[in-house]
Amino acid sequence: MTVEPLPPFRQRHLLSIADLEPHEIIFLLDKANDLVPVSRQDRKSLSTLSGKTQINLFFEPSTRTQSSFEIAGKRLGALVVNMSVKTSSITKGETLIDTATTLNAMQPDVLVVRHGSSGAVALLAQKVDCAVVNAGDGAHEHPTQALLDALTIRRHKGRLTGLTVAICGDIINSRVARSNLLLLGALRVKTRVVAPRNLLPSGIEALCTEVCTDMREGLRDADVVMMLRLQHERANGRMIPSIREFYRFYGLDADKLAVAKPDAIVMHPGPMNRGVEIDPAIADGPASVIADQVEMGVAVRMAVLDSLITARVHA
Amino acid sequence: MTRPVLIENARILDPWSGTDQGGGAILIEHGHISDVSTGGPVGVPDGAELINAGGQLVAPGLVDMRVFTGEPGHEYRETLQSAGDAAVAGGVTSFVMMPDTAPVVDDGALVDFLVRRAKANSKANILPAAGITRGLRGEEITEFGLLREAGAICLSDGRQSVQSAALLRTAMTYAANFGMMIVHQPIEASLLGEGSMNDGLLATTLGLKGIPREAETVALARDLQLALLSGVRYHAAQISCAASVELLAAAKAKSQTISAGVSINHLSLNENDVAGYRTFFKLSPPLRAEADRLAMVEALRSGAVDVIHSDHDPQDSEVKRQPFAEAAAGAVGLETLLAAALRLYHSGEVDLLTLFRAMSTRPAALLGLESGRLARGAPADIVVVDLDYPWVVTEAGMRSRSRNTCFEGARMSGKVMRTLVAGETVYSVDEITGVAK
Repeated sequence: MTVEPLPPFRQRHLLSIADLEPHEIIFLLDKANDLVPVSRQDRKSLSTLSGKTQINLFFEPSTRTQSSFEIAGKRLGALVVNMSVKTSSITKGETLIDTATTLNAMQPDVLVVRHGSSGAVALLAQKVDCAVVNAGDGAHEHPTQALLDALTIRRHKGRLTGLTVAICGDIINSRVARSNLLLLGALRVKTRVVAPRNLLPSGIEALCTEVCTDMREGLRDADVVMMLRLQHERANGRMIPSIREFYRFYGLDADKLAVAKPDAIVMHPGPMNRGVEIDPAIADGPASVIADQVEMGVAVRMAVLDSLITARVHA
Repeated sequence: MTRPVLIENARILDPWSGTDQGGGAILIEHGHISDVSTGGPVGVPDGAELINAGGQLVAPGLVDMRVFTGEPGHEYRETLQSAGDAAVAGGVTSFVMMPDTAPVVDDGALVDFLVRRAKANSKANILPAAGITRGLRGEEITEFGLLREAGAICLSDGRQSVQSAALLRTAMTYAANFGMMIVHQPIEASLLGEGSMNDGLLATTLGLKGIPREAETVALARDLQLALLSGVRYHAAQISCAASVELLAAAKAKSQTISAGVSINHLSLNENDVAGYRTFFKLSPPLRAEADRLAMVEALRSGAVDVIHSDHDPQDSEVKRQPFAEAAAGAVGLETLLAAALRLYHSGEVDLLTLFRAMSTRPAALLGLESGRLARGAPADIVVVDLDYPWVVTEAGMRSRSRNTCFEGARMSGKVMRTLVAGETVYSVDEITGVAK
């Protein structure tokens, strides 16, 4: 039996997991896995992207994702510029298209963009010549988060196929949930979404293996428990009656985790609300791989930046 | 003194009399139809202008019940003149202009201004609708009687929907007093929320907040109950989903004064057109599922829905080229209304008499107009249509000042070859080149 080599990565942008073929997902995961040691060595720098310019354009503030992309770019040798919106002209009524046109004229090689509106990053990508990475758009997608989650799972479990992953909490507002469901679905991983009905979007059944409205049912024999952040403002009686009620029925504590597999890992994209969706004892306990997720984030983003820019050079 | 006009060798299509017959002729004198023949001889007055229709369809001009303009206030989007040019190019000889302008049309003086200005500038007849509520804010009713005297054709809050049931009841009762029609788009704002497209799997995968069908049906059920209570002439401005058809059919069984419209977009397109965040397909109400579109077609055939309109809503790129949730809703449609409707004829879904009844005869009757028919004494608002003429919709070819069409690049069969308003040819196309003369 011969193993065919994977076709090369040819994407112009990384806008959504939905755009990727399974072999492209695996290519990125393998490449990221190879890059993990770079961040563990003493001199953490490569020159792969030296002379390249990366602009991080964040319309929504996010310290962690922005730093992760910044470190990833710098470790590859790129010149990284951070633009946050509070200091830019967007607040003065400039349209997204105008911003795109302006930045494009500065000849960047890659734009990393986060925006509060679904589809905004794709719209911006239509107007620039460089590669664009979606660092989260509205409730649509957050593709690098799904990739880093998959890499974390694969490194802990040794595989993805055949696992059961439970994604719990504020599904309806979560781009992390959507990207993860698409990625895991593409790789034939069993997925369960676990949430009260009013935090589940219409048609979610088509995007996962199982829908559960009871935590214990949803966590039973799960290999991975992925918690989502619940925005405090949602627990104001308009979607969820209160934080304590949410925590009682959908917060992850030792009792609920006990029904998952004994070696189940607990994940969270951060930032966490301890005592809202997760018990501090679990968040900081032995099952938690949250710090690993952050580490894998840098490796995945290095792999994505390198692959997109390399694909352009070869195009 | 204008010359008499004789249109001969015409396939006469008149939903009012149920006629669809070739070899006909129409005589026009003093801006009105003075004789219609479907075979017999017509007396030709001396010096008459002869138009040979070449066997093509001759039908009453379209009456579009829902058109937004930019004038006054947003002339860069559309003026009365450019809207009129777009209308006659699409075979629309009269249209109702929605009051959502700046300032809002909620005062008799503004109605009077618009009537005069439209007469001077527009090739098509423009019939202003006046706001039901001051400023379209849904808080206080306007001066219905004075607005009617000034020339308002009907009352409508345009894109807005009156949220207070009590105020709507007051408006309906008072409108019934003056015999005025209320044209109202049923929207329950609290269910609409921040939604920007049809609720469902596609909205979920795009990460967009959905608009449930109940945002329409809850408000429509309320409107219909209040309409029955007040006895007002009520027209559901536009509906989009199958469940609304059931509500309408039940209410219509109880009352003759209830009617409803559907936009050509909701008869032609569905939510899948939104995929890829295409904001030109962001509409209000949103495009629904294919099953809903099919229900709209069936409602047209059954008569549960009376009127097809364009919902012509010019928007510039500044408000359209935005992330989907932030982009303005609406699409231009005057120039593509007839051609898009003819797709339903070519596909065998709806016959020609039904289509023209819904786009001309029925809206004219609801609005109390003499047009919408090819009958002696009616205004000579007439279209000549080549049912099979092939053409492609291009932004560049549009007369509207705004280019936000849902039909860019669409291949159409059927084109308006000539449009007459009050007996005068205001638009005609060279049969060989397809270019307007």
